[in-house]
Amino acid sequence: MQDFEPKIVAFCCYYCAYSAADLAGSLRLQYPANIRVIEMPCSGKTDVRVLLEAFEKGADGVYVLGCMEGDCHFLKGNYRAKRRVKQAKKILDEIGIGGERLEMYNLSAAMGPRFAEIAQEFTERIKKLGPSPLNKNYPPPPKEGEGHKGNSTKAGEGE
Amino acid sequence: MIIAEAKPLAEVAGLINDAQKILVVGCGGCVTVCLAGGEKETGILAAALRMLRKKEGNPLETVEVTLTRQCDPEYVDMLAKYVTDDIDAIISLACGVGVQFLAERYPKWVVPALNTKFAGATIEHGVWEERCGLCGECILYKTGGICPVIRCSKSILNGPCGGSQNGKCEVNPETPCAWQLIYDRLKTLGKLDLLLEIQPPKDWSKSRDGGPRKVVREDVRLA
Repeated sequence: MQDFEPKIVAFCCYYCAYSAADLAGSLRLQYPANIRVIEMPCSGKTDVRVLLEAFEKGADGVYVLGCMEGDCHFLKGNYRAKRRVKQAKKILDEIGIGGERLEMYNLSAAMGPRFAEIAQEFTERIKKLGPSPLNKNYPPPPKEGEGHKGNSTKAGEGE
Repeated sequence: MIIAEAKPLAEVAGLINDAQKILVVGCGGCVTVCLAGGEKETGILAAALRMLRKKEGNPLETVEVTLTRQCDPEYVDMLAKYVTDDIDAIISLACGVGVQFLAERYPKWVVPALNTKFAGATIEHGVWEERCGLCGECILYKTGGICPVIRCSKSILNGPCGGSQNGKCEVNPETPCAWQLIYDRLKTLGKLDLLLEIQPPKDWSKSRDGGPRKVVREDVRLA
Protein backbone atom coordinates (compact mmCIF):
# COMPACT_ATOMS: atom_id res chain seq x y z
CA MET A 1 0.00 0.00 0.00
CA GLN A 2 2.91 2.37 0.73
CA ASP A 3 3.69 2.74 -2.97
CA PHE A 4 0.07 3.53 -3.79
CA GLU A 5 -0.08 6.55 -6.08
CA PRO A 6 -3.67 7.73 -6.26
CA LYS A 7 -5.32 9.07 -9.36
CA ILE A 8 -6.88 12.38 -8.51
CA VAL A 9 -9.02 14.56 -10.74
CA ALA A 10 -9.16 18.27 -9.96
CA PHE A 11 -11.97 20.21 -11.59
CA CYS A 12 -10.65 23.78 -11.69
CA CYS A 13 -12.52 27.00 -12.27
CA TYR A 14 -10.87 29.00 -15.04
CA TYR A 15 -11.03 32.27 -13.12
CA CYS A 16 -9.35 31.13 -9.91
CA ALA A 17 -7.96 27.64 -9.55
CA TYR A 18 -6.75 27.27 -13.12
CA SER A 19 -4.90 30.59 -12.86
CA ALA A 20 -3.64 29.60 -9.44
CA ALA A 21 -2.28 26.41 -11.00
CA ASP A 22 -0.47 28.55 -13.59
CA LEU A 23 0.90 30.72 -10.84
CA ALA A 24 2.05 27.69 -8.90
CA GLY A 25 3.90 26.65 -12.04
CA SER A 26 5.48 30.08 -12.52
CA LEU A 27 6.59 30.02 -8.90
CA ARG A 28 8.17 26.62 -9.55
CA LEU A 29 6.19 25.14 -6.68
CA GLN A 30 6.30 21.40 -6.35
CA TYR A 31 3.15 19.43 -5.79
CA PRO A 32 2.28 15.75 -6.26
CA ALA A 33 2.02 14.52 -9.81
CA ASN A 34 -1.18 12.63 -8.98
CA ILE A 35 -3.41 15.51 -9.96
CA ARG A 36 -5.17 15.58 -13.33
CA VAL A 37 -6.38 19.13 -13.80
CA ILE A 38 -9.57 19.74 -15.76
CA GLU A 39 -10.43 23.30 -16.64
CA MET A 40 -14.02 24.46 -16.21
CA PRO A 41 -15.51 27.80 -17.26
CA CYS A 42 -16.79 28.12 -13.68
CA SER A 43 -17.09 25.71 -10.76
CA GLY A 44 -20.84 26.21 -11.30
CA LYS A 45 -20.38 23.82 -14.24
CA THR A 46 -19.93 21.03 -11.67
CA ASP A 47 -22.27 18.17 -12.43
CA VAL A 48 -23.00 15.29 -10.06
CA ARG A 49 -23.00 12.88 -12.96
CA VAL A 50 -19.54 13.95 -14.11
CA LEU A 51 -18.13 13.71 -10.58
CA LEU A 52 -19.46 10.15 -10.32
CA GLU A 53 -18.12 9.36 -13.78
CA ALA A 54 -14.63 10.34 -12.65
CA PHE A 55 -14.82 7.76 -9.87
CA GLU A 56 -16.31 5.17 -12.16
CA LYS A 57 -13.51 5.68 -14.65
CA GLY A 58 -10.90 5.00 -12.00
CA ALA A 59 -10.25 8.12 -9.91
CA ASP A 60 -9.35 7.48 -6.28
CA GLY A 61 -10.21 11.04 -5.34
CA VAL A 62 -11.82 14.06 -6.93
CA TYR A 63 -11.93 17.68 -5.91
CA VAL A 64 -13.52 20.80 -7.23
CA LEU A 65 -11.75 24.14 -6.95
CA GLY A 66 -13.86 27.27 -7.09
CA CYS A 67 -13.37 30.94 -6.35
CA MET A 68 -13.49 32.32 -2.83
CA GLU A 69 -17.07 32.51 -1.58
CA GLY A 70 -18.58 35.81 -2.66
CA ASP A 71 -16.02 36.23 -5.43
CA CYS A 72 -17.45 34.02 -8.16
CA HIS A 73 -17.05 35.58 -11.61
CA PHE A 74 -20.57 34.37 -12.31
CA LEU A 75 -21.78 35.41 -8.85
CA LYS A 76 -23.15 32.13 -7.52
CA GLY A 77 -21.34 29.36 -9.40
CA ASN A 78 -19.17 28.30 -6.48
CA TYR A 79 -22.14 28.10 -4.12
CA ARG A 80 -23.92 25.87 -6.59
CA ALA A 81 -20.80 23.76 -6.97
CA LYS A 82 -20.62 23.39 -3.21
CA ARG A 83 -24.18 22.06 -3.04
CA ARG A 84 -23.62 19.64 -5.90
CA VAL A 85 -20.41 18.37 -4.33
CA LYS A 86 -22.39 17.82 -1.13
CA GLN A 87 -25.02 15.84 -3.05
CA ALA A 88 -22.36 13.75 -4.80
CA LYS A 89 -20.66 13.10 -1.44
CA LYS A 90 -23.97 11.78 -0.15
CA ILE A 91 -24.27 9.40 -3.11
CA LEU A 92 -20.65 8.25 -2.66
CA ASP A 93 -21.39 7.53 0.99
CA GLU A 94 -24.44 5.51 -0.01
CA ILE A 95 -22.44 3.54 -2.55
CA GLY A 96 -19.76 2.86 0.03
CA ILE A 97 -16.96 4.61 -1.83
CA GLY A 98 -16.93 7.32 0.81
CA GLY A 99 -17.82 10.98 0.48
CA GLU A 100 -14.43 11.93 1.93
CA ARG A 101 -12.88 11.06 -1.42
CA LEU A 102 -14.57 14.11 -2.87
CA GLU A 103 -14.02 17.69 -1.70
CA MET A 104 -14.70 21.28 -2.62
CA TYR A 105 -12.06 23.96 -2.03
CA ASN A 106 -12.08 27.70 -2.52
CA LEU A 107 -9.13 29.80 -3.52
CA SER A 108 -8.27 32.84 -5.65
CA ALA A 109 -6.13 33.24 -8.76
CA ALA A 110 -3.40 34.80 -6.62
CA MET A 111 -3.13 31.75 -4.39
CA GLY A 112 -0.60 29.66 -6.30
CA PRO A 113 0.97 28.35 -3.09
CA ARG A 114 -2.47 27.36 -1.80
CA PHE A 115 -3.11 25.41 -5.01
CA ALA A 116 0.03 23.38 -4.37
CA GLU A 117 -0.90 23.01 -0.72
CA ILE A 118 -4.37 21.68 -1.58
CA ALA A 119 -2.85 19.20 -4.04
CA GLN A 120 -0.49 18.05 -1.30
CA GLU A 121 -3.21 17.90 1.37
CA PHE A 122 -5.70 16.03 -0.77
CA THR A 123 -3.14 13.57 -2.11
CA GLU A 124 -2.14 12.77 1.46
CA ARG A 125 -5.77 12.26 2.38
CA ILE A 126 -6.38 9.84 -0.47
CA LYS A 127 -3.12 8.01 0.20
CA LYS A 128 -4.31 7.45 3.74
CA LEU A 129 -7.69 6.23 2.53
CA GLY A 130 -6.05 3.88 0.04
CA PRO A 131 -7.31 2.99 -3.42
CA SER A 132 -10.96 3.53 -4.24
CA PRO A 133 -12.99 0.38 -3.53
CA LEU A 134 -13.63 0.31 -7.27
CA ASN A 135 -9.89 -0.07 -7.92
CA LYS A 136 -9.45 -3.19 -5.85
CA ASN A 137 -7.06 -4.67 -8.36
CA TYR A 138 -4.30 -2.41 -7.13
CA PRO A 139 -1.40 -3.17 -7.22
CA PRO A 140 -1.66 -4.43 -10.79
CA PRO A 141 -0.29 -7.87 -11.64
CA PRO A 142 3.48 -7.58 -12.21
CA LYS A 143 3.23 -8.86 -15.77
CA GLU A 144 1.67 -5.59 -16.93
CA GLY A 145 4.72 -3.69 -15.74
CA GLU A 146 3.28 -0.32 -16.57
CA GLY A 147 2.16 0.85 -13.18
CA HIS A 148 -1.23 1.46 -11.74
CA LYS A 149 -4.25 1.28 -13.97
CA GLY A 150 -7.83 2.04 -13.19
CA ASN A 151 -10.13 -0.93 -12.90
CA SER A 152 -10.95 -1.87 -16.44
CA THR A 153 -13.92 -4.10 -15.72
CA LYS A 154 -16.78 -3.31 -18.03
CA ALA A 155 -19.10 -1.19 -15.97
CA GLY A 156 -22.02 -0.88 -18.28
CA GLU A 157 -23.09 0.70 -21.46
CA GLY A 158 -25.35 3.60 -22.17
CA GLU A 159 -27.45 4.14 -25.22
CA MET B 1 -47.42 18.15 -12.61
CA ILE B 2 -46.66 14.98 -10.70
CA ILE B 3 -43.90 15.49 -8.15
CA ALA B 4 -41.68 12.58 -7.19
CA GLU B 5 -38.44 12.08 -5.34
CA ALA B 6 -35.72 9.48 -5.45
CA LYS B 7 -35.95 6.37 -3.33
CA PRO B 8 -32.86 5.69 -1.21
CA LEU B 9 -30.18 4.07 -3.33
CA ALA B 10 -29.89 1.09 -0.98
CA GLU B 11 -33.60 0.34 -1.38
CA VAL B 12 -33.39 0.32 -5.19
CA ALA B 13 -30.15 -1.69 -5.13
CA GLY B 14 -31.75 -4.21 -2.77
CA LEU B 15 -34.57 -4.82 -5.22
CA ILE B 16 -32.24 -5.81 -8.05
CA ASN B 17 -29.69 -7.82 -6.09
CA ASP B 18 -29.99 -10.81 -8.38
CA ALA B 19 -29.89 -8.93 -11.66
CA GLN B 20 -26.81 -8.97 -13.89
CA LYS B 21 -28.09 -6.59 -16.53
CA ILE B 22 -30.76 -3.96 -16.08
CA LEU B 23 -32.59 -1.45 -18.16
CA VAL B 24 -32.78 1.96 -16.47
CA VAL B 25 -35.64 3.95 -17.93
CA GLY B 26 -36.04 7.67 -17.35
CA CYS B 27 -39.13 9.72 -18.15
CA GLY B 28 -39.04 13.03 -19.99
CA GLY B 29 -42.30 14.25 -18.44
CA CYS B 30 -43.12 15.61 -14.99
CA VAL B 31 -40.24 13.88 -13.23
CA THR B 32 -37.77 15.60 -15.54
CA VAL B 33 -39.20 18.96 -14.52
CA CYS B 34 -39.00 18.12 -10.81
CA LEU B 35 -35.47 16.79 -11.37
CA ALA B 36 -36.22 13.32 -10.07
CA GLY B 37 -36.30 11.06 -13.10
CA GLY B 38 -35.00 12.73 -16.24
CA GLU B 39 -32.04 11.78 -18.38
CA LYS B 40 -29.50 13.17 -15.95
CA GLU B 41 -30.99 11.44 -12.91
CA THR B 42 -31.18 8.22 -14.92
CA GLY B 43 -27.45 8.50 -15.61
CA ILE B 44 -26.65 9.24 -11.98
CA LEU B 45 -28.70 6.31 -10.69
CA ALA B 46 -27.21 3.92 -13.25
CA ALA B 47 -23.67 5.06 -12.40
CA ALA B 48 -24.33 4.77 -8.67
CA LEU B 49 -25.76 1.26 -9.02
CA ARG B 50 -22.87 0.14 -11.25
CA MET B 51 -20.31 1.43 -8.79
CA LEU B 52 -22.11 -0.08 -5.83
CA ARG B 53 -22.17 -3.48 -7.47
CA LYS B 54 -18.62 -3.23 -8.76
CA LYS B 55 -17.49 -2.50 -5.23
CA GLU B 56 -19.30 -5.61 -4.05
CA GLY B 57 -17.54 -7.65 -6.72
CA ASN B 58 -20.78 -8.36 -8.52
CA PRO B 59 -20.67 -6.11 -11.60
CA LEU B 60 -23.89 -4.84 -13.04
CA GLU B 61 -24.45 -3.98 -16.65
CA THR B 62 -26.84 -1.14 -17.37
CA VAL B 63 -28.64 0.14 -20.41
CA GLU B 64 -30.03 3.66 -20.06
CA VAL B 65 -32.97 5.00 -22.02
CA THR B 66 -35.11 8.05 -21.36
CA LEU B 67 -38.55 7.97 -22.94
CA THR B 68 -40.42 11.13 -23.83
CA ARG B 69 -43.16 9.94 -21.45
CA GLN B 70 -43.83 6.66 -19.71
CA CYS B 71 -47.57 7.31 -19.44
CA ASP B 72 -48.31 6.92 -23.17
CA PRO B 73 -48.32 3.52 -24.90
CA GLU B 74 -46.65 4.92 -28.02
CA TYR B 75 -43.55 5.87 -26.08
CA VAL B 76 -43.60 2.75 -23.92
CA ASP B 77 -43.68 0.66 -27.11
CA MET B 78 -40.46 2.34 -28.24
CA LEU B 79 -38.70 0.61 -25.38
CA ALA B 80 -39.28 -2.82 -26.94
CA LYS B 81 -35.94 -2.98 -28.73
CA TYR B 82 -34.11 -2.45 -25.45
CA VAL B 83 -36.06 -5.08 -23.50
CA THR B 84 -33.93 -7.99 -24.66
CA ASP B 85 -33.88 -11.48 -23.16
CA ASP B 86 -30.77 -10.77 -21.12
CA ILE B 87 -32.40 -7.88 -19.26
CA ASP B 88 -33.09 -9.15 -15.74
CA ALA B 89 -34.94 -6.11 -14.44
CA ILE B 90 -36.26 -2.74 -15.51
CA ILE B 91 -35.86 0.24 -13.24
CA SER B 92 -38.37 2.98 -13.92
CA LEU B 93 -37.64 6.57 -12.96
CA ALA B 94 -41.22 7.68 -13.58
CA CYS B 95 -44.20 8.25 -11.35
CA GLY B 96 -46.26 5.22 -10.40
CA VAL B 97 -48.13 5.47 -13.69
CA GLY B 98 -44.97 4.89 -15.70
CA VAL B 99 -43.92 1.98 -13.52
CA GLN B 100 -47.31 0.31 -14.04
CA PHE B 101 -47.29 0.95 -17.77
CA LEU B 102 -43.86 -0.64 -18.16
CA ALA B 103 -44.94 -3.59 -16.01
CA GLU B 104 -48.09 -4.09 -18.08
CA ARG B 105 -46.27 -3.92 -21.37
CA TYR B 106 -43.17 -5.99 -20.62
CA PRO B 107 -42.90 -9.37 -18.88
CA LYS B 108 -40.03 -8.28 -16.69
CA TRP B 109 -39.42 -7.42 -13.05
CA VAL B 110 -40.14 -3.68 -13.00
CA VAL B 111 -38.82 -1.70 -10.07
CA PRO B 112 -39.73 1.88 -9.13
CA ALA B 113 -36.78 4.15 -8.42
CA LEU B 114 -38.93 7.06 -7.24
CA ASN B 115 -41.55 7.73 -4.64
CA THR B 116 -44.48 9.56 -6.24
CA LYS B 117 -45.53 12.37 -3.94
CA PHE B 118 -48.26 14.69 -5.17
CA ALA B 119 -49.65 17.01 -7.84
CA GLY B 120 -47.80 20.24 -7.35
CA ALA B 121 -45.85 23.08 -8.82
CA THR B 122 -42.43 24.70 -8.67
CA ILE B 123 -42.30 27.39 -5.98
CA GLU B 124 -38.67 28.14 -6.69
CA HIS B 125 -35.92 26.16 -8.38
CA GLY B 126 -35.60 23.04 -6.23
CA VAL B 127 -38.79 23.60 -4.21
CA TRP B 128 -42.11 21.98 -5.11
CA GLU B 129 -45.41 22.29 -3.30
CA GLU B 130 -48.67 20.40 -3.42
CA ARG B 131 -51.46 22.43 -4.99
CA CYS B 132 -54.14 19.99 -6.10
CA GLY B 133 -55.79 17.12 -4.27
CA LEU B 134 -57.14 15.50 -7.44
CA CYS B 135 -60.54 15.35 -5.73
CA GLY B 136 -62.55 15.11 -8.93
CA GLU B 137 -64.75 18.17 -8.52
CA CYS B 138 -63.13 21.57 -8.66
CA ILE B 139 -64.44 24.27 -6.34
CA LEU B 140 -61.67 26.82 -6.90
CA TYR B 141 -64.17 29.32 -8.29
CA LYS B 142 -65.72 29.54 -4.84
CA THR B 143 -62.46 30.12 -3.03
CA GLY B 144 -60.61 32.70 -5.07
CA GLY B 145 -58.40 30.11 -6.74
CA ILE B 146 -56.97 28.71 -3.50
CA CYS B 147 -57.79 25.08 -2.84
CA PRO B 148 -58.98 24.31 0.71
CA VAL B 149 -59.17 20.61 -0.07
CA ILE B 150 -55.40 20.28 -0.34
CA ARG B 151 -53.97 23.47 1.13
CA CYS B 152 -56.03 23.43 4.32
CA SER B 153 -54.55 20.78 6.64
CA LYS B 154 -58.10 19.73 7.57
CA SER B 155 -59.59 20.08 4.08
CA ILE B 156 -62.52 22.01 5.51
CA LEU B 157 -64.88 23.74 3.12
CA ASN B 158 -66.14 26.35 5.59
CA GLY B 159 -63.15 27.95 7.20
CA PRO B 160 -61.07 28.98 8.88
CA CYS B 161 -61.04 26.57 11.81
CA GLY B 162 -60.25 27.74 15.31
CA GLY B 163 -56.59 26.85 14.94
CA SER B 164 -55.60 29.56 12.50
CA GLN B 165 -53.17 31.98 14.16
CA ASN B 166 -51.64 35.04 12.54
CA GLY B 167 -52.40 33.60 9.15
CA LYS B 168 -50.59 30.34 9.88
CA CYS B 169 -51.87 26.82 10.37
CA GLU B 170 -51.84 25.20 13.81
CA VAL B 171 -50.66 21.96 12.25
CA ASN B 172 -47.43 23.58 11.08
CA PRO B 173 -46.58 27.22 11.80
CA GLU B 174 -44.74 27.43 8.49
CA THR B 175 -47.87 26.55 6.52
CA PRO B 176 -50.05 29.48 5.55
CA CYS B 177 -53.68 29.05 6.60
CA ALA B 178 -55.51 28.31 3.35
CA TRP B 179 -58.65 29.96 4.66
CA GLN B 180 -56.73 33.10 5.59
CA LEU B 181 -55.37 33.14 2.03
CA ILE B 182 -58.87 32.64 0.67
CA TYR B 183 -60.20 35.49 2.83
CA ASP B 184 -57.42 37.86 1.74
CA ARG B 185 -57.88 36.94 -1.89
CA LEU B 186 -61.65 37.35 -1.88
CA LYS B 187 -61.28 40.66 -0.07
CA THR B 188 -58.94 41.89 -2.81
CA LEU B 189 -61.43 40.76 -5.42
CA GLY B 190 -64.34 42.41 -3.55
CA LYS B 191 -66.08 39.06 -3.34
CA LEU B 192 -66.18 38.48 0.41
CA ASP B 193 -69.89 37.78 0.14
CA LEU B 194 -68.96 34.39 -1.34
CA LEU B 195 -67.88 33.39 2.14
CA LEU B 196 -71.38 33.93 3.50
CA GLU B 197 -72.60 30.97 1.53
CA ILE B 198 -72.36 27.81 3.62
CA GLN B 199 -70.79 24.98 1.68
CA PRO B 200 -72.58 21.65 1.95
CA PRO B 201 -70.55 18.53 2.64
CA LYS B 202 -68.38 17.70 -0.35
CA ASP B 203 -69.37 14.87 -2.64
CA TRP B 204 -66.36 12.64 -2.13
CA SER B 205 -67.78 9.99 -4.45
CA LYS B 206 -66.01 11.89 -7.21
CA SER B 207 -62.70 11.60 -5.43
CA ARG B 208 -61.05 8.30 -4.49
CA ASP B 209 -64.22 6.29 -3.81
CA GLY B 210 -65.35 3.82 -6.43
CA GLY B 211 -62.03 2.44 -7.65
CA PRO B 212 -59.75 3.85 -10.31
CA ARG B 213 -61.23 6.84 -12.08
CA LYS B 214 -61.42 7.13 -15.82
CA VAL B 215 -61.81 10.10 -18.13
CA VAL B 216 -63.20 9.37 -21.58
CA ARG B 217 -63.33 11.96 -24.34
CA GLU B 218 -65.54 10.48 -27.06
CA ASP B 219 -64.77 13.38 -29.38
CA VAL B 220 -61.08 12.51 -29.58
CA ARG B 221 -61.28 8.73 -29.49
CA LEU B 222 -60.01 7.00 -32.63
CA ALA B 223 -62.05 3.83 -32.39
